[in-house]
Amino acid sequence: MADLLPEHPDFLWRNPEPKSSYDVVIIGGGGHGLATAYYLAKNHGITNVAVLERGWLAGGNMARNTTIIRSNYLWDESAAIYEHSLKQWEVLPDELDYDFLFSQRGVLNLAHTLQDVRDSVRRCEANRLNGIDAEWLDADQVKEVCPIINTSDNIRYPVLGATYQPRAGIAKHDHVAWAFARKADEMGVDLIQDCEVTGFVKDGNRVVGVQTSRGTIAAGKVALCAAGHSSVLAEMAGFDLPIQSHPLQALVSELHQPVHPTVVMSNHVHVYVSQAHKGELVMGAGVDAYNGYGQRGGFHVIEEQMAAAVELFPIFARAHLLRTWGGIVDVTPDASPVVGKTPIDQLYVNCGWGTGGFKGTPGAGWTMAHTIAYDEPHAYNAPFALERFSTGALIDEHGAAAVAH
Amino acid sequence: MILISCPNCGSRDETEFHYGGQAHVPYPEDPNALTDEEWGRYLFYRENTKGIFAERWVHSSGCRKWFNVLRDTVTYRIAAVYGAGEPRPTLDGGSQ
Repeated sequence: MADLLPEHPDFLWRNPEPKSSYDVVIIGGGGHGLATAYYLAKNHGITNVAVLERGWLAGGNMARNTTIIRSNYLWDESAAIYEHSLKQWEVLPDELDYDFLFSQRGVLNLAHTLQDVRDSVRRCEANRLNGIDAEWLDADQVKEVCPIINTSDNIRYPVLGATYQPRAGIAKHDHVAWAFARKADEMGVDLIQDCEVTGFVKDGNRVVGVQTSRGTIAAGKVALCAAGHSSVLAEMAGFDLPIQSHPLQALVSELHQPVHPTVVMSNHVHVYVSQAHKGELVMGAGVDAYNGYGQRGGFHVIEEQMAAAVELFPIFARAHLLRTWGGIVDVTPDASPVVGKTPIDQLYVNCGWGTGGFKGTPGAGWTMAHTIAYDEPHAYNAPFALERFSTGALIDEHGAAAVAH
Repeated sequence: MILISCPNCGSRDETEFHYGGQAHVPYPEDPNALTDEEWGRYLFYRENTKGIFAERWVHSSGCRKWFNVLRDTVTYRIAAVYGAGEPRPTLDGGSQ
């Protein structure tokens, strides 16, 4: 039997009216905004904080992602922030007193070409030097970890091997958001839904408040955590971001008995698959090519993704598609996030996580909270500053991002 | 699937085309004169408009020629198609 979901708590958060002023206003009530609020309160004792959400809490990409958590990125800078994030995932269910079904079932990143194999082995070695659990598996070992994968050589792109990170896994995304929200609320943070930011109030080059659909709110500091809409907010505030927003689609099958023991991602054929606790197969694709804010994409992307999935997992051929959807992902030129200060004083930005923001939720929140509290970045997010797009110190993670951009 | 009217071949499925991002981004006249910030902006910064966006497409599986499109990035509806090198047209109602 598939796992039952844990009981829903009796109480999650208040729905307060916005006050006229806060020490910190966070724009965006998704995972990253909520985690930022939580760590501001927990790590820095800053609780006079509002999280403003134009829709409902965690209704954007937090509700739409495929919940994969891992830290097997290539470069030292990425390894540091993603591994810190993974270490937080490992303690958060206890810390937040909320069982959000974090399941460390491992992730396989498949290699289908000789170049894939070389890149993957290099990434494993880099991971190990950074203390991240990673191993290279050949095709037979892949089959041992995940028996339902077709590792024969009679498919278009045979599986030549895979990187394996055993500590990686999945979690129940909605519950993660609710867990952060409940604790942040408990510590005094105001979570304000149905409150759209329509402008910024500035005093010279310093932000001093935000205009919203529920009135003007003064703020000592403001943080942008709006993922796909970050460019829109930045333009409103008076600066630019090197971001393009794209549709990214995902889908689920109807419920099945547990057949898929791990998470499988393939950069080359553009599909990633896990099986959620209730039993549905959860799959994602690459982004749609064009810029888009529509939270939907083209069906041909789903079709290609299904073709790849069925070839890799013949057992899925008779599974029925239950539902598809799209989110808006904020993609940077180097497939790494932008977390840090902006050209505007007391205004901070966390964006550009592209197709991989869910796994980074605790790391983003932790480092953003530090950046806001001290007006300078944490060691983990310092390399992810906007300045890298003029110094040239890019952190190219297109390989490890594992989703076609 | 978007239906795109190639100026040379007529209406074809989106899958016959490749996307080229923002249109009307000129190569700097004197790249050597740019500061690192200006060069970085040329390389990495593109508009990310929510609404009508001027963008480039190439008909890879047809005439293989580049052209420009005005498309709404929220509804994905195409408002105008025009040739590479032509100025951005003004839409009915005067909106850009």
